[in-house]
Amino acid sequence: MERLEILKTYKIYIGGAFPRTESGRYYAPFVNKTPIGNICLSSRKDVRNAVVAARSAQSGWAGKSAANRSQILYRIAEILEGRRAQFQSELELQGSSKANATKEINATIDRLIYFAGWCDKVTQVFGSVNPVASSHFNFSTQEPTGVVGIIAPEDSSLLGLVSFIAPVIASGNTCVVLASENMPLCSITFAEVLATSDVPGGVVNILTGNTKELLEHFGKHMDVNAIFYGRSSDDEIKKLQTLAIDNLKRIKIKSEGDYLNDKWENPYLILDFMEVKTTWHPIEAISATGSVY
Amino acid sequence: MAKKNKKEITLDLSSDWGLAPAPESTSHIKLKKKYDLFIGGKFVKPKSGKYFDTINPATEEVLAQIAEADDKDVDLAVKSARKAYDNVWSKLSGKERGKYIYRIARLIQERAREFSVIESLDGGKTIRESRDIDIPLAAAHFFYHAGWADKLEYAFPNRKPEALGVVGQITPWNFPMLMIAWKIAPALATGNTVVLKPAETTSLTALKLAELFQDAGLPDGVVNIVTGHGTTGSHIVNHPDVNKVAFTGSTGVGKIIMKAIAGTNKKSTMELGGKAANIIMEDAPLDQAVEGVINGIFFNQGHVCCAGSRLYIQESVYPIVMRKLKDRMQALVVGDPMDKNTDIGAINSKKQLDTIKNYIKLGKAEGAEMYQPKCNLPKKGYWVPPTLFTNVAQSSTIAKEEIFGPVLAIQTFRTIDEVINKANNTPYGLSAGVWSDKGSKVFNLTSQMKAGVVWANTYNKFDPTSPFGGYKESGHGREGGMQGLEAYLKFD
Repeated sequence: MERLEILKTYKIYIGGAFPRTESGRYYAPFVNKTPIGNICLSSRKDVRNAVVAARSAQSGWAGKSAANRSQILYRIAEILEGRRAQFQSELELQGSSKANATKEINATIDRLIYFAGWCDKVTQVFGSVNPVASSHFNFSTQEPTGVVGIIAPEDSSLLGLVSFIAPVIASGNTCVVLASENMPLCSITFAEVLATSDVPGGVVNILTGNTKELLEHFGKHMDVNAIFYGRSSDDEIKKLQTLAIDNLKRIKIKSEGDYLNDKWENPYLILDFMEVKTTWHPIEAISATGSVY
Repeated sequence: MAKKNKKEITLDLSSDWGLAPAPESTSHIKLKKKYDLFIGGKFVKPKSGKYFDTINPATEEVLAQIAEADDKDVDLAVKSARKAYDNVWSKLSGKERGKYIYRIARLIQERAREFSVIESLDGGKTIRESRDIDIPLAAAHFFYHAGWADKLEYAFPNRKPEALGVVGQITPWNFPMLMIAWKIAPALATGNTVVLKPAETTSLTALKLAELFQDAGLPDGVVNIVTGHGTTGSHIVNHPDVNKVAFTGSTGVGKIIMKAIAGTNKKSTMELGGKAANIIMEDAPLDQAVEGVINGIFFNQGHVCCAGSRLYIQESVYPIVMRKLKDRMQALVVGDPMDKNTDIGAINSKKQLDTIKNYIKLGKAEGAEMYQPKCNLPKKGYWVPPTLFTNVAQSSTIAKEEIFGPVLAIQTFRTIDEVINKANNTPYGLSAGVWSDKGSKVFNLTSQMKAGVVWANTYNKFDPTSPFGGYKESGHGREGGMQGLEAYLKFD
């Protein structure tokens, strides 16, 4: 007798758990006129739950040593490498050619490694000790902005997604991600990679759903500190920029499509979601003579 | 238990407070009887045909035989490094190079306990130290530098960094595996290939690392390990096809190497001796300071180039600091490095034992007053109890020369000017320590110290992101951090 295949239920990822949307709704994206599965149609309440999870995880994640975050990002790449077969089939199911899917997976793994390497270098390269005129030790260093909303690229469900998440979490931010609406499969499978990669629950939260419905809830939320927007609708951009004013969210827009390009690997994407902090500390000047040796 | 004495009350923990043995198991380690040279990705017999013993300094038992590389062996190693550089390593992208280094880091983490045990057996350091510091830090160095391989242009904007080629590296016996990591990790990250000679008394972890390079699939010849004594090192230094020499060791040998490469185009980094001042101000948190002084001089049996071997105590707190220091020294456990209770392990070699004993004799002869707590030292092996000297002058030999053992020379001072001058009055300038609860005073002192690393209210802290290296005769160049990369690069 032929064995009946078990089909996978795609759920969302909040606080390290995989709930269904609280709304109970679903949608079915089509590829070549075939539905690829029943996907959670997340609601405003899901966004709010995810922000709570991201906020509670943020200080712990930022409080880890940079070297530790570096290892955890590397660990994501290790686990992803081991699950490439699943991504390969999902990317193909979402319409990619075999060769392109392989290329996308390779680039995704390497991108994680690239940003893993920055965790314990970014403040070293971009921080400074400032030669102020008074007798003070004065230094500036970057700290993570906080909770970042990510509107992930629509056209690149794995590499695009990871290119947006990696620089945001590298410095100690946590995030709430709205996945590609029409190609959501890889994003949920990537959540399963995160869940088994030593990434604390709540650091990355991934929702699937309708951009039109959810965008304003990202934009309006007073506990979201920044938004990384990866699509190209001028209306959406204007809407986000307007909504962001209430709590002065930082809005970063990156609409370029070719995620295989090396320009997606640079530390400035990390700095976009960091704040500069300057500390002043007095230096006693009682030894006027200095040392003669 | 407190024991009454006519003069003063002192702690004597040795008689009443026994600790149950807590030995680390050695059953899981794999050592060969005989180790050959690691050249071109393979273990090869030395052309010299010679081998020497490596022993456990805590038991004087032979652990294995190590090959002695002669000039022909070194030539083969350099040729193999050159070939690997020309044909493979220089053609890889930074990204792919970095992935090899990440692999090495991960493999060290996976086999960390095995390396720790071998490090302690071969070198005499406590298992607690090798397990918690040396080996994890070595892995961290590889991990940190792996990330630099494809990011070098951010460390040196507008300078187009390029690899040097083949680098010769000579490492010391005090932190065998850690110093190898400090050398190999940045060299590989910056795109060089390596010929490395580990110290003759502690070659084992280097050779285990060679096995690990094979497991990592590191291309043949990218790292070559030639074991042997000083002459083997001199063959590396003098080889015409070596582009750079990186050395960690004594200032004396460092100067010989500098002389040998003068007039050649070889670059160098020298991480040499030290005679660090550790300064306790009267407003310091004294218990914390005493702990820091203990760690500063007795960590790794005092075999530390940055050891806080000169202690300066402000006069007003001298009596109380001395009492706390002596009490703390009573509680130190000296003995079997493999026991997890041990604080001070075995002296690395007979030769070093003799050196330290000589300095102790000299200290007494010059009129300084010695204090050692009661210790039951094992019958076999090389041991020195923790030792301090008072009545020391700036001109005392034990206050001027690097002893490289658990021997502390103590002086006092009255004013901040006085201590700054005393602390800096040395040809060395590797490190210093300052203890005070007042931040502004701390920063004053740290900015006045002529030393490459200054610890404030802490001591002997190391991190891959933090550059290490000295002023003056403590050497030149830095290891670790962004600055450490420069030593392995050339620029337009």
